[in-house]
Amino acid sequence: MALFELGDVSIEVDEDGFMQEPENWNEAVAAALGSTEGVDDLTDDHWKVVNYLRDYYLQFGVAPMIRKLCKQTGFQLKEIYELFPSGPAKGACKVAGLPKPTGCV
Amino acid sequence: MAEKSPQELIQIDLTPPPRKWMNPAVDFEARRGTWSYPGGVKSLDYLGMPNVREWSPTDADWKLPENWQQIIHDGFKDLLKKYRTLEIFMDICVRCGACADKCHFFIGSGDPKNMPVLRAELLRSIYRKDFTAAGKILGSLAGARELTEEVLKEWYYYFFQCTECRRCSVYCPYGIDTAEITMMARELMNLVGLNINWIMEPVANCKRTGNHLGIQPHTYKDNVEFMCDELEDVTGIKLDPPINRKGAEILFVIPSADYFADPGTYTFVGYLMLFEHIGLDYTLSSYASDGGNFGLFNTAENMKKLNWKIYHEAKRLGVKWILGGECGHMWRVMHQYMDTMNGPADFLEVPRSPITGTVFENTTSTKMTHICEFTSDLIKHNKLKLDKSRNDQFRVTFHDSCNPARAMGFLEEPRYVIENVCNHFYEMPENTIREHTFCCAGGAGLGNDENMEMRMRGGLPRGNAVRWVRDHHGVNRLTCICAIDRATLPPLVEYWSPGVDVSGIHELVGNALIMEGEKERTTDIRGVPVQPEKGEQDDV
Repeated sequence: MALFELGDVSIEVDEDGFMQEPENWNEAVAAALGSTEGVDDLTDDHWKVVNYLRDYYLQFGVAPMIRKLCKQTGFQLKEIYELFPSGPAKGACKVAGLPKPTGCV
Repeated sequence: MAEKSPQELIQIDLTPPPRKWMNPAVDFEARRGTWSYPGGVKSLDYLGMPNVREWSPTDADWKLPENWQQIIHDGFKDLLKKYRTLEIFMDICVRCGACADKCHFFIGSGDPKNMPVLRAELLRSIYRKDFTAAGKILGSLAGARELTEEVLKEWYYYFFQCTECRRCSVYCPYGIDTAEITMMARELMNLVGLNINWIMEPVANCKRTGNHLGIQPHTYKDNVEFMCDELEDVTGIKLDPPINRKGAEILFVIPSADYFADPGTYTFVGYLMLFEHIGLDYTLSSYASDGGNFGLFNTAENMKKLNWKIYHEAKRLGVKWILGGECGHMWRVMHQYMDTMNGPADFLEVPRSPITGTVFENTTSTKMTHICEFTSDLIKHNKLKLDKSRNDQFRVTFHDSCNPARAMGFLEEPRYVIENVCNHFYEMPENTIREHTFCCAGGAGLGNDENMEMRMRGGLPRGNAVRWVRDHHGVNRLTCICAIDRATLPPLVEYWSPGVDVSGIHELVGNALIMEGEKERTTDIRGVPVQPEKGEQDDV
């Protein structure tokens, strides 16, 4: 585990820069994590994805199925890649403060 | 994706390293991309594993317990007492080298310590020193060496660079099960707190929620309903699969990725369509919600616990028998370990197909039957209405998933199903299929991103065989019967054989099934428009 610091943000992250304590997430954290994912400015479209992921995570305790993310936000998968270059699971979930899914995935 | 290009990666240097093999030094920093991150503190604490701490393989100090050598020595002694096979495997190898070039990791890396014989020697040399008279007296002359911290670090590197696929074992004239050697080495490493997160987090999740992904019951239900809604859009058929239903005849157990990640999700709806088609009395379970068992890659104790969950649920629900989905290592656990760990499952009945009356006597002890066997039997008795032409856009090949193939001898049933639901099926070269099958290089807990270079190296032989059928027969669909495959083969083929898609077999079954009340099928069950190219589908 390492400490990730940027501006006023200081959070514990794993080897790939995912938050270790998702309950400490806030919008400033999202912006700071975005900068590690090649997302310098979080636009309304970014927030639409991030907020959906966040709400889903709080309700269900894991990341949503990628198809569900696309359907609910109205973005096609390639548009999500345009927003978050490393994709929904690695880029978008990281910015939204979700843990990495593990197992046969 | 691996940072090196396929062209760079294929420049494999076969020059033996300058250091003598007995005198190791693994530079983890220089070898990033070929090893996995250690187990996370939260998961290890949850499981009550020993020596929980923050550490990294790149640290000079691995924070081992003070008496770590004694712990491993005692652990080794216990394992030798417990498993007669271990002593035989340690003593019997004559280092003939038949296995040497059979490992996908050796083929793709050229690293001599990925020859199964030498990987096993890493453990065997310590066995000789600690437990044989010749080794104690003659030391390195008898192939024995001290267990130093450098040796232990090398264990971590190479025993987490084996996918326990058992291809090498097929060629061993003594029948040494090299996967079990890796399993024993991992057991020993666990005693001093050396394990990897891609195994430990799934094990912890599975203990807590019944599946590797940590999916809770309400999420399970939500995912199942979402997939059924999506399927309705495509087929017009509304499925309402039962979950946790007491009194069902059959409990159906699948790998958790099948209800979480594409393309497994399409295999999942394929299963459900089949059950609807034949009117099966079954239930899913949000508790026995993973057939996969990462305990197999960790310790016998954890494997046993995670396996028991399935039987506990079968008992709770009062089912007669268990049907298992397209999961790979679940079948190694079921077929080769379940009976002596948790069996026999006397409270269940010997599986009998309620549709055909066939009794699956091969599963008398575990009471758990493979879905491909169940579906083959339905096809053989002409119980399914199938339209093969609905898969005409696919030119299909089949990757024998390691564990069903080599741990069960499960070779014909998947092919029988494929050939009855598709018109275009092509085999990869014969030394790469059936019991000779090449691994996806991401099994046994190694399917994580930080290990991507090693996965692509180990994936070279499989990728090369896929490329061959792609180029010679226009193959565009690689099928498999394992969820780890469905997760790890897509990046592998993208790297070594672009243009080929991956799926389970029951996705193709779902495409071909003529369902009562369905609307005209203009797409496959992924919703991709069907584009039959009649006349262009002749064999190349």
